[in-house]
Amino acid sequence: MNVVFYVAAAVAVLATALAVTRSNAIHALLYLIVSLLAVAVIFFLLGAPFVAALEVIIYAGAIMVLFVFFVMMLNAGPTALAQERSWLRPAGWIGPASLALVLLAGLLWVLGPARPAPAAAVIFAPRQVSLALFGPYLLGVELASVLLLAALVGIFHLGRHDDPGAPGQEGG
Amino acid sequence: MATVPWEHGLVLAAVLFCLGLSGVLARRNILFQLLSIEVMLNAAGLAFVVAGARWGQPDGQVMFFFILALAASEVGVGLALVLRLVQRFRTLDVDAARTMKG
Repeated sequence: MNVVFYVAAAVAVLATALAVTRSNAIHALLYLIVSLLAVAVIFFLLGAPFVAALEVIIYAGAIMVLFVFFVMMLNAGPTALAQERSWLRPAGWIGPASLALVLLAGLLWVLGPARPAPAAAVIFAPRQVSLALFGPYLLGVELASVLLLAALVGIFHLGRHDDPGAPGQEGG
Repeated sequence: MATVPWEHGLVLAAVLFCLGLSGVLARRNILFQLLSIEVMLNAAGLAFVVAGARWGQPDGQVMFFFILALAASEVGVGLALVLRLVQRFRTLDVDAARTMKG
């Protein structure tokens, strides 16, 4: 289990360092998704499988895909086709894919036969976490919902087309 | 944690946080700055989960949920602001919006 932890940590640091130094936004996003997957593996090893699932579903699955859609939307135009072709070259995705393969190897090693359970002192099932979340932290949950509502209203306000001087009105 | 020292988890969180911080400070593309802020929030959540595993309490994971909600709100508002920046200035350079009423 130690080995998997350090391999996932190395993948996370390497992918994050590559993500913040790329010049192509899509390449950086791919590396960042791999970094989030590596952190999800670390969460799983730390005895937090529910948080690991949420990391994959919400961080890597929703927030990063929102970024990807946004970058694609900004690049919409006559040059989009050539850019799409250039993105499909192996140089763009071979790095994130190989780092993700390292994570997959670690996962298969963990799930393989005759291996011990994740080596955490305590493993929290979703039930325990939810009992804490909706018990002593109920006020925090309400505040989080108010925060999300405020963000929703703010995004709706920012996305309106109320600027007649803006040259392009391509979305929002 | 039985096998992995919890200090190593905190060190990993610190390294990820510093990588995100350097990204915020060094990049001038606002999209990459938002990405780096995501890295920093994720590192903070990792620190919470590591501390929760250290003390054997689920509170660290509860804090991670709050960070998750915060990150989702932040990225939504941030991307809406980026959209307005692109509509007005036709660029992703944050220095284009350094003057008020510009």
